[in-house]
Parts: sequence; C-alpha cells; structure tokens
Amino acid sequence: MKILVAIKRVVDFNVRVQVKPDGSGVATDGVKMSINPFDEIAIEEALRIKEAGKADEIVVVTIGVNDAQQQLRTALAMGADRAILVESESEIQSLKAAHSLLHIVEKEQPGLVIMGKQAIDDDNNQTPQMLATLWKRPQATFVSKLEINEDKALATREIDAGLETIEIKLPALVSTDLRLNEPRFVKLPDIMKAKRKPLDVINIDETVAGFDDKELSIENYESPQPRQKGVMVDSVDELVAALKEKGLV
Amino acid sequence: MSKILILAQHDGSSINQGTSKAVTAAQQIQGASIDLVVFADDVSTIATKASKLAGVNTVHAVTTSNENWKLAQGIAPKIAELSANYSHVFGPSTTFGKDVMPCVAALLGQNQISDIMQVIDATTFKRPIYAGNAVISVSSNHDKIVATIRTASFKTGDMTSGSANIENHSIENTQTDTKFISLQAGNSERPDLQTAPKVISGGRGIGSEENFELMYKLADKIGAATGASRAAVDAGYCPNEMQVGQTGKIIAPDLYMSFGISGAIQHLTGIKDAGTIVAINKDADAPIYEVADIGLVGDLFKIVPELMEKL
Ligand SMILES: Cc1cc2nc3c(=O)[nH]c(=O)nc-3n(C[C@H](O)[C@H](O)[C@H](O)COP(=O)(O)OP(=O)(O)OC[C@H]3O[C@@H](n4cnc5c(N)ncnc54)[C@H](O)[C@@H]3O)c2cc1C
Repeated sequence: MKILVAIKRVVDFNVRVQVKPDGSGVATDGVKMSINPFDEIAIEEALRIKEAGKADEIVVVTIGVNDAQQQLRTALAMGADRAILVESESEIQSLKAAHSLLHIVEKEQPGLVIMGKQAIDDDNNQTPQMLATLWKRPQATFVSKLEINEDKALATREIDAGLETIEIKLPALVSTDLRLNEPRFVKLPDIMKAKRKPLDVINIDETVAGFDDKELSIENYESPQPRQKGVMVDSVDELVAALKEKGLV
Repeated sequence: MSKILILAQHDGSSINQGTSKAVTAAQQIQGASIDLVVFADDVSTIATKASKLAGVNTVHAVTTSNENWKLAQGIAPKIAELSANYSHVFGPSTTFGKDVMPCVAALLGQNQISDIMQVIDATTFKRPIYAGNAVISVSSNHDKIVATIRTASFKTGDMTSGSANIENHSIENTQTDTKFISLQAGNSERPDLQTAPKVISGGRGIGSEENFELMYKLADKIGAATGASRAAVDAGYCPNEMQVGQTGKIIAPDLYMSFGISGAIQHLTGIKDAGTIVAINKDADAPIYEVADIGLVGDLFKIVPELMEKL
C-alpha cells in the first residue's frame, strides 16, 4: 500500500504572530516557518504504518511556495520516500487545495491519505474533509488511534463527547489529532540522506485544470479585542470575596 | 432575502445547544428565514424537539439507517441536496459540524467560512485565525455560503417555545464504506463543559491523575464543569474531551478558574470569551496572568483545600 501525506508550511507554533498596522495581513517576514504540527503527526503515523509492514511507500506532498521544499526535505529526513511540491506563489484556499490534492491522489492512487486536521495558520479544518468528498472515499477526522487491517481501518476519533470509533474501507482519508503519536526527531545523517531522495516540482496550474474557484475575499485583518486588565489578590480570602462581589459563587 | 439551512446536532435524545447558537447567529442576518435539518435512525422524537427552537420555520427530518446520522459521509450528500433552495448553510463549530460541513461545501463547490464569531451582514463575517492572534473579515459573493458557527461567540436562544413545521425525508442510497462502531463517552454527571456557566480547569501543575480529584471535588462543590490543558490530557491526568483550547473546546463560561496552567496561546484562545478568568499558578510571570481578571500566586495544593473550605 502507498500512503500519501499532505503537509503545509506554516508559521512555527511558538511564534506569536502580529497583525500588520495597515490591516493587510499578519507579519511573516523573517518569521520561523515549520511543518504544521498536525502534519508532522501525519508523517509520523505513515512511518509507523510502514515500519509495521503495512505500507511500502510514503509520498509526501505540499502546496506552497518554492521554499516549502525545506519542509518536504524535513519530511524526507523523517523517513518519507518521495516528495512532491505543487508550487503556488499565491496563497490558495481550501477548496482549491483539495482539488489540487485530488489530482495528485488520482495520479498516485494511494491506499491511505493522511493529513493534519487543521493548519495552525488559517485554523480552517476543511481541506481533508473536502478532499475525501471530492475523492468519494471515507474520511476519519480528528483521529487519535489508527489500526490498519488489510482493506479496512479502525479509527478512534476525538470528538466533543469522548472517543468515537469508526471503521472505514480503504482507500480512505484520515486527519490527525494531537494524541495520535509523538513525531520523531530527525537525525543529522538522515538529513544528508534526504538530500538524495526524489523531490518533484510541478506548477499548481497543472493540477487544477477546469476548476472554477469561488474564492472568499478577506477584507481586513485586525488584532483581537484585548481583555481588560485584571487584579492580583494576595490570599484565598480576598479571592473568595472578589468572586462573591461579582456574584459568581 | 437570506434563506438559511442549519444542521442540527443531537446525541439521540436532546438537541445540542450549538444548534441554538447557530440559530442565534443566523437571526443576526436581517430578514433571514431559518430552517433546520436533523438526521436520525428514528427521527420523529428528535425532530419534535428540534421544532421547539424559536425562530425556526421548518425542520427537515431525515430518516437514516445503521447510525449513518453520526457520519459525515452518511449525511453530507443529503444536506447538499436540501440546500438547493437556500442561500446559506450553517452548522455548529463542534467536532460534529467540523466533520460534516466541509463535505457539504465541497459537494456545493464552495469554500467554507469556518468559526464565524461575528455577523457583519448577510455576506460578511468575522473569524479568528492563528489561534485567535488575528481576526479577519471574510466575505463571499458566490451563490451559496457554507459556514460553521463558533459556539462560544453566540448565546443559546429559546429552545422550548418554537413550533416549526416538520417535513419528512429519507436517504435513498445509504453508504456502507464508513461504519459507526462505538462511542466511549465521558463523565455525564458533571455539567457539560461547552455550556456550563462555571468551569474548573487543571494543567500540568496538577501533577497526576490522582491529584486531578482535587479539581473534580472543587467543581462539584460549586457545581462547575471540569476542563484541562493539553499538557494535562497528554499526561493522562484526565480524558481528551476535557481539553480546552485551539484544538480542544472553545468555551465561554461566566467563570473560568485555572489551576497550574501556564497560559500558552493555544490554551488562551479557548477561554478568551469567558466572563471572569481566575488564575492560580505558583509562577507570578506565567502568561495566564495577562488574561486573568483575578490572579492569585501560590501553590495550588495549599490554595485548593483552602478554597474548598471557604467557598
Ligand atoms: C498545534 C498545537 C495545538 C495545541 N492545542 C492546545 C489546546 O487546544 N489546548 C491547550 O491547553 N494546549 C494546546 N497546545 C499546547 C500548549 O502549547 C501548551 O503546551 C499547553 O497548554 C501547556 O499546558 P499547561 O499550561 O498545563 O502546562 P505547562 O505549560 O507546563 O504549565 C504548567 C504550569 O503549572 C504551574 N504549576 C506547577 N506546579 C504548580 C503548583 N503546585 N501550584 C501552582 N501552579 C503550579 C507552573 O508554574 C506552570 O505555569 C497546543 C500546542 C500545539 C503545538
């Protein structure tokens, strides 16, 4: 079985992004970029499935700027076999991403597609579900445990009510939640080895022929409303008094 | 005029308040007419409950089989089909809505507006990005708007005095590639974290699953729900459904009391809409104090017992 992992280059989760003063976007110049944390988990899961002898090839794909090759190289260093950059200089929205990935899926014919449940920049949580729908295959979203049994997978999903288990027929798409696994660290020799692994670059236009994009327009960026400055109390008695005064206890 | 179809969420016995919050958001669109769609294997009882949501004209009650009502692939095609006569399709931004609505958007060839936090007008909305570090205004000039409604941003409305019409539907081609197996549900004795007016929340500072009992006891004392940081869930102190934050639950209780939580941005985005945030941490420089309304620096293992006594 082949596994396709789709990843995204995003501002590192440790960076506190700031809105530009003119409201045209967020400041990303010179900011550290990384693989979206959920996508790292997706790569790790694919590696574990392969290491368990249930997959023979892992292809990692990203849609992004030319520099996103760095994130693909990291994925290759983690252990993926091959990488594809779908190059797009402009930012694209979820539906176009899903259509572009569908093109790759149709070409690669994976038995399993694994993606992070959301990218921590847009926080959209859409592309995996859209891709599954366009591909007309089952989805298991927000997965914290995955078991592959020949032509089926048993997926445990983190949902509001607790843990839901569903069974999906392969080929299928899985989106990862945080507790699925802990991604490995890459070692230096693997980074060297990864430089020799194949990385193809194609232009996004080749993947979305005939697609009629219905883009949303983003009109303004602003900083969130700050909360009012609070007070510090020195004792439990003062805390209880403050809560009582507000009528909260 | 806006015609809005809202996906109702339920657990088999009652309508989730997220549905009502989505109705509240829809009512903020001028002159909107609002309908619901609800799915269940035995739909009539739950459809009757859905019809009690004030402000709703029609409930589309769709009968499913094999628990397909729980599955995105089981219901998305029908929602897309029903949405032919609507300008907007909304769902709550719960794990259920997040699972299903992008499928509907894809079937309709639309991008989705996720996590609407404010309605500007029928086609323009505000939503948070970057874990709430920025807010964008998004607008659509296409034939249909598909969106999820951030439940912490809207109030629960009247869920008992409505009298909507019920229209019955069924699904012809039931999918079989995805099967519901089981649900391991959390503790149902305490108030629901997503709707409780008071929440007691613990972080890594709690130190162990045994110590987390302190949080449960304090919560029971004041009738609160319990929450947690990701670190506490990852460490196995408490179950996953208690996680609050960017990738857990986004909540807006009147009172949020945090114990041994540092206040990472991914956690704070889940509590920013709380009425009063209380922080208890032994580190006076913890970022949680930047958002706290009332802060007390000290050892939680001394403070919690004293609170138990004095509350
Ligand atoms: C993609 C991504 C998504 C994430 N999503 C979420 C999310 O949804 N929710 C979430 O919470 N986190 C999330 N995180 C994790 C987040 O970044 C933090 O790591 C996490 O919130 C830290 O939890 P914590 O505050 O309990 O632990 P820590 O940061 O370790 O803080 C523990 C605190 O306890 C205090 N303490 C220790 N002992 C005591 C004592 N005896 N008395 C009083 N105080 C004490 C310490 O001073 C410290 O401030 C996410 C991270 C990533 C990368």
